[in-house]
Amino acid sequence: MLADYSILLISAILVNNFVLVQFLGLCPFMGVSNKLETAMGMSMATTFVLTLASACSNLTYHLLLQPLGLEYLKTISFILVIAVVVQFTEMVVRKSSPLLYRVLGVYLPLITTNCAVLGVALLNINKDHNFLQSLFYGFGAALGFSLVLVLFAAMRERLAIADIPVPFKGAAIGMVTAGLMSLAFMGFAGLV
Amino acid sequence: MAEFITQYPLLTALLALVSLGAVFGAILGFASERFKTEGNPIVEQINEILPQTQCGQCGHPGCRPYAEAIANGEAINKCPPGGEAGIQALADLLDVEVIPLDEEHGEQSVKKVAFIREAECIGCTKCLVACPVDAILGAAKQMHTIIASECTGCDLCVEPCPVDCIDMIPAQQEGLQTWHWQLPDPVSLEVDIIATDAPREEAA
Repeated sequence: MLADYSILLISAILVNNFVLVQFLGLCPFMGVSNKLETAMGMSMATTFVLTLASACSNLTYHLLLQPLGLEYLKTISFILVIAVVVQFTEMVVRKSSPLLYRVLGVYLPLITTNCAVLGVALLNINKDHNFLQSLFYGFGAALGFSLVLVLFAAMRERLAIADIPVPFKGAAIGMVTAGLMSLAFMGFAGLV
Repeated sequence: MAEFITQYPLLTALLALVSLGAVFGAILGFASERFKTEGNPIVEQINEILPQTQCGQCGHPGCRPYAEAIANGEAINKCPPGGEAGIQALADLLDVEVIPLDEEHGEQSVKKVAFIREAECIGCTKCLVACPVDAILGAAKQMHTIIASECTGCDLCVEPCPVDCIDMIPAQQEGLQTWHWQLPDPVSLEVDIIATDAPREEAA
């Protein structure tokens, strides 16, 4: 039982990392990784939203859609669930931490369109996860996302002051680095 | 129930989505009431960084109105008393570029404190009215004096004084940023900092 869940976590964090292996949620990965501080804020917000959205979509699917035989409505329902969770998070963050709200700025609502969030919700259904499994899977996906986002942001902060050939500066070297990181994460395949 | 679902699948789908939306709408509506924010919290943080001199050099009637203006997108470089350090702190808070101080609104100088040459004060109370922070003590036809710890060094009392008996002198400050060589002892240079018509004792 415990082993199952830890394997689920490790698999979501490292082996099937959502950003570097499944290539979901690349927009915030490239967009918010310029500063380590912002990346950490984004990671925290995404972790919260992803875990919550994963669990909520699972509940919606099993308690509402499945009994009514409306499985085909899962995508649109999940989008609704995610939008509400993001909006709710935004309200809470705005109330509790104005600084974090200011730092996250436009990115907080953008979690809505983070494909990793919808990806996790749909994969949960595909893989027949129960409620607890979805919770862990969502949390693992979020941890994996945070891990690579923070690593990538730290690297980009160094790249910003490194001596890079002019044509490679900025986004170009970022893409190259992301590709190399993805290669490195392939090394985890077969771990579980 | 099951019969209804098999009979009207489209209606069921419609009802399910609408009720899902209604429930979520209710949750969000409750949350927006529960987590209501009073005004813009960023204004408080900006206001804390501003030096609270209430000097009006930025073109606003005080520090708080300027904080509100910054929150609405005004430039952060209009506060001479805050100086470079203030602009740096604001830029960090708002995540914007550091820009040099706007010379139009005055130059940055060391923090000053007003000093009334009490022998010359005629007790007109004009400076009391001008002081934005009530740091001047006095009454009509009584000598005035400055409460140094309250004075923000805004210069606003210098202008209205009819006998020009208010000086701005550098405030005693600690820290590397503001450290400077001590001014020479005026007595040793035989310079009288109090301008007065009375004959000087040692000269007499």
